Amino acid sequence: MAGSRKQRAAIVGIGQTKHMSTRGDVSIAGLIREAALRALEDAEMTWADIDAVVIGKAPDFFEGVMMPELFLADALGCAGKPMLRVHTAGSVGGSTSIVAASLVQAGIHERVLTVAFEKQSESEAMWALSMPMPFAPPTHAGAGGYFAPHIRSYMRRSGAPDHIGVLVALKDRLNALKNPYAHLHEEDVTFEKIADSVMLWDPIRYSETCPSSDGACAMVITNEAGASRGSLPPAWIHGAAMRSEPTMFAGRDVVSPRGSRECAADVFSQAGIVARRREIDVVEMYVPFSWYEPMWLESLGFADEGKGWTMVEDGSTQMDGDLPVNPSGGVLSTNPIGASGMLRFAEAAMQVRGQAGEHQIDGARTALGHAYGGGAQFFAMWVVGADKPA
Amino acid sequence: MSDLLLPPSLEGVEMVRSVRTPAHLDYSYTPGRAMSRFLTGLAEKKIRGQRCPSCGKVYVPPRGACPTDGVPTEEEVELPHTGTITTFCIVNVSFYGQGMEIPYVSALVLLDDSDIPLMHLVQEVPYDQVRTGMRVEAVWVSDDELKPTLESIKWFRPNGEPDRDASTMRGNA
Repeated sequence: MAGSRKQRAAIVGIGQTKHMSTRGDVSIAGLIREAALRALEDAEMTWADIDAVVIGKAPDFFEGVMMPELFLADALGCAGKPMLRVHTAGSVGGSTSIVAASLVQAGIHERVLTVAFEKQSESEAMWALSMPMPFAPPTHAGAGGYFAPHIRSYMRRSGAPDHIGVLVALKDRLNALKNPYAHLHEEDVTFEKIADSVMLWDPIRYSETCPSSDGACAMVITNEAGASRGSLPPAWIHGAAMRSEPTMFAGRDVVSPRGSRECAADVFSQAGIVARRREIDVVEMYVPFSWYEPMWLESLGFADEGKGWTMVEDGSTQMDGDLPVNPSGGVLSTNPIGASGMLRFAEAAMQVRGQAGEHQIDGARTALGHAYGGGAQFFAMWVVGADKPA
Repeated sequence: MSDLLLPPSLEGVEMVRSVRTPAHLDYSYTPGRAMSRFLTGLAEKKIRGQRCPSCGKVYVPPRGACPTDGVPTEEEVELPHTGTITTFCIVNVSFYGQGMEIPYVSALVLLDDSDIPLMHLVQEVPYDQVRTGMRVEAVWVSDDELKPTLESIKWFRPNGEPDRDASTMRGNA
């Protein structure tokens, strides 16, 4: 529609659960309700204020519950309201946030609750991701088995030294100590402990992989009228983009997929960001295997091709560096798969609202939330800011 | 839960917090024309790909259409049984239902004259000597064991040719 424009939208409420390997004290419904209630409390709203609910999770195959949104409708106060389920594999938490935001930006709803979750203690993700393929040898070994060869390609192409992956894991685990909601709190973590951990999918070590977590995340997204209601400042959405591409085609760059590069170009263009590294204050990036930090730094345009690893080595991505990445501890410290993308988006918003507590980056005003999924083929990103977009 | 009123027979009995309910799924697989040609070829010790009439890329296994150009790939190409390792990982994880002896090398093998790598095993070489660029050849099961499955190729092994320069394999690695 020529002449029409998106309405401004902002995140005004954020909640997450305490993430653990087993949240045996709650059902899936109890888990998502815990996150949703915290988001409502943060937004100073009640269920009655919510117009619609958008929920996301990774494949139903994980918990073995088909269409869980159906039985979760009442736990999320959806009676009499629209409810929508989103699924884009590991990026789903990000794309769910974007779908929720788009309902506000389009002027369809004023206040939308969005929730994402995974209860890995009740599921078997390794098995669900390693189904025997018909008429093929059983070589496939989970997500690590899929991504390890691509990581090896990155190491070869960039000439990055072997310890870069260890440095990323160490940074994220130390950051997690400042995040009370993070799953892993490894007080005694050291470089040596990570470097000496067992090689699972060479070149990926055990301690360079994400944990299996139970957890949920929720956000309340409103239009401009709702953004000034609460006591905390809102996080304004300056840009949001998604891209997808086929898992396999000849000439596909699996280290820096075209979908990733084009998604980044789109989201930064929407946000009016030109000098990406200088203008972005903090990044919450989807890094389930440590080597993906330098890989995405390049793909997202924060580093030149082949140079992302130098930002890890010189400390640029640490909390006191010029581009802190995953001050929350990231996916490497907390991985309720379906919620992991939304946690990145929510943590980015927490930073620009100044509510990140001990892992707050001082003066953060513009942040990138990032998620990817499938065979690195689904991408979701948003840029949020403390300032109202023009 | 502490105020729950239990009958005397259940007092002091540990509460059930979860139950395991294993699920099992059976699939009927319809491979389609292109994949059927590929699979029946394997039963005859042939590796059949298909070339895109638009970009000229050779897909193996063929999928009947080019994912880039969206056109049917009708020209069949019989491929050599040799190729190059574009990248790989050494798997040290075993898990339920998989049954491979660890460690094993899972490699992406770009068959000669094709444009997309296949994932397969590499054996008959110590796992720590496998490298990107290594030239390999298919090792087939015995003729009486040949079936319409990629498992008719047991694995790939080094064929002794000099390595290919990995930097020329960009895009497939």
